Amino acid sequence: MTIETKEMMLRTEPFVLNFGPVHPSTHGVYRMRATLDGEVVLDIEPVFGYLHRGIEKLAEQRTFTGFIPLTDRLDYVSSMSNNLAYVMAVEKLAGIKVPERAEYIRVIMAELQRIANHLIANGSFLNDCGAYFTPFLYMFREREKIIDLFEMVSGQRLTYNYMRVGGVSQDIPDEFLPALAKFVKQMPGKVDEYDRLLKQNEILLARAKGVGIISKEQAVNCGISGPILRASGVKWDWRRADPYSIYDRFEFDIPTASDGDCYDRFRVRMEEMRQSLRIVEQAMKQIPAGPVRAEVPHIVRPPAGEAYVHIEAPKGELGFYLVSDDSIAAYRCHVRPTSLINLTALREMVRGWKIADLIIIFGSIDICLGEVDR
Amino acid sequence: MTVALSGGEVAGQLEEKFPGGILESDQNCLVVKGDSLLGIASFLKDTPELNFDYLNYITAVDYFEYFEVIYQLTSLEHNHSLVVKARCYDRDNPALPSVVGLWQGADFQEREIFDLMGISFDGHPNMKRIFLWEGFPGYPLRKDYL
Repeated sequence: MTIETKEMMLRTEPFVLNFGPVHPSTHGVYRMRATLDGEVVLDIEPVFGYLHRGIEKLAEQRTFTGFIPLTDRLDYVSSMSNNLAYVMAVEKLAGIKVPERAEYIRVIMAELQRIANHLIANGSFLNDCGAYFTPFLYMFREREKIIDLFEMVSGQRLTYNYMRVGGVSQDIPDEFLPALAKFVKQMPGKVDEYDRLLKQNEILLARAKGVGIISKEQAVNCGISGPILRASGVKWDWRRADPYSIYDRFEFDIPTASDGDCYDRFRVRMEEMRQSLRIVEQAMKQIPAGPVRAEVPHIVRPPAGEAYVHIEAPKGELGFYLVSDDSIAAYRCHVRPTSLINLTALREMVRGWKIADLIIIFGSIDICLGEVDR
Repeated sequence: MTVALSGGEVAGQLEEKFPGGILESDQNCLVVKGDSLLGIASFLKDTPELNFDYLNYITAVDYFEYFEVIYQLTSLEHNHSLVVKARCYDRDNPALPSVVGLWQGADFQEREIFDLMGISFDGHPNMKRIFLWEGFPGYPLRKDYL
């Protein structure tokens, strides 16, 4: 009996796998249509919009102050930074000067928020790597303390709604600075603890080193910002490149790495936490007494014009573009979505990697769907 | 400190290369004609003294008479920035050339503008709705929607 060898040959074809929208490793309601050849990712197509609430349209129907709570719901992991970027845009539009004490409070909040964000980013990244919930809970232990500090000033634990046009909603309570001093004293030891646990961890190195590389040129071309850009070797931080608020008064370094892989992104975030602590420590010492809010009417009516303000949010460049037509609501409000733009490079990063790597590459970008879909 | 380049100064450099391509220029921005947008954008990106390698964001505003699309560019090398604007007067089929070929970061943002404002970008590799579903009636960020 002869066997036709041709018929015996296996025929393969690409296979489409739907990731999400409700999948624990997509960190929200994000969907990827991944085209696979066996286990190798050939291509992915991102699908957005599951959390689209039309926030930019809603801004046109609210007063400038009334929109602040909605900015909390953009990147809900770092609400303080969203508040800050938005109120700074309104202040630029209306030409409002913020009192010294309020500037210091804002910087302290923004830097604490950066630490809290990076704790979640790194914790969930390690979750994706398979270190299931142990490092995550280590990091949540410290995040809890930051949340307690935020609760002290704003009464909220997630959507703080603390900043106001011209300052902050209320002065920090008396017990805040002692509690902050305690935190700043403890935290460097905790970051060292994470390092001891994770920096040379063999499994993490095997999973993350050299995986999901994005080159310097490509990162810049894709408009990527924040820790991912710095992990690719671009020393670019808006706090240093274009100092806003009072960031020119503090000493801090900009951590960078050179390989642009998942491990480098993880490392850059770790180092940024240390630098943020340095800033908080300096701000705590320098904070003056005085009012925390400029004399601003409750209904702000900026003159007709447009303004764009960007800040270095934990995830990258977060900006607000506002157009005013001399009324009490914005004529147009555009959010420069850090997470959405950072996702541009995902396709380049994952091509040719295994499906298990797709999860950790995606996790290393650190996105928040509230900001992607808006 | 990022230096915001004056639109007027840059317009001076562009005028001879792109005659008639610049409609307006002032301290804050540069308004260019839709069909010379791509040429001007690649000139801004590739000229070593300007070297606008980073596209901060793209957005669009509906001013009833026209749509205005805003591009903010930054040069990471020189640490300066520039705002370029283009206008679409056609309300039924507004279109502009896509800059995805120059800055890949424009990909999702142009799709977003197409989705919510209804401006299509010629030359975009995947011009379809991004947040809303196919067949959604209208473009929500236009001023005549609702």
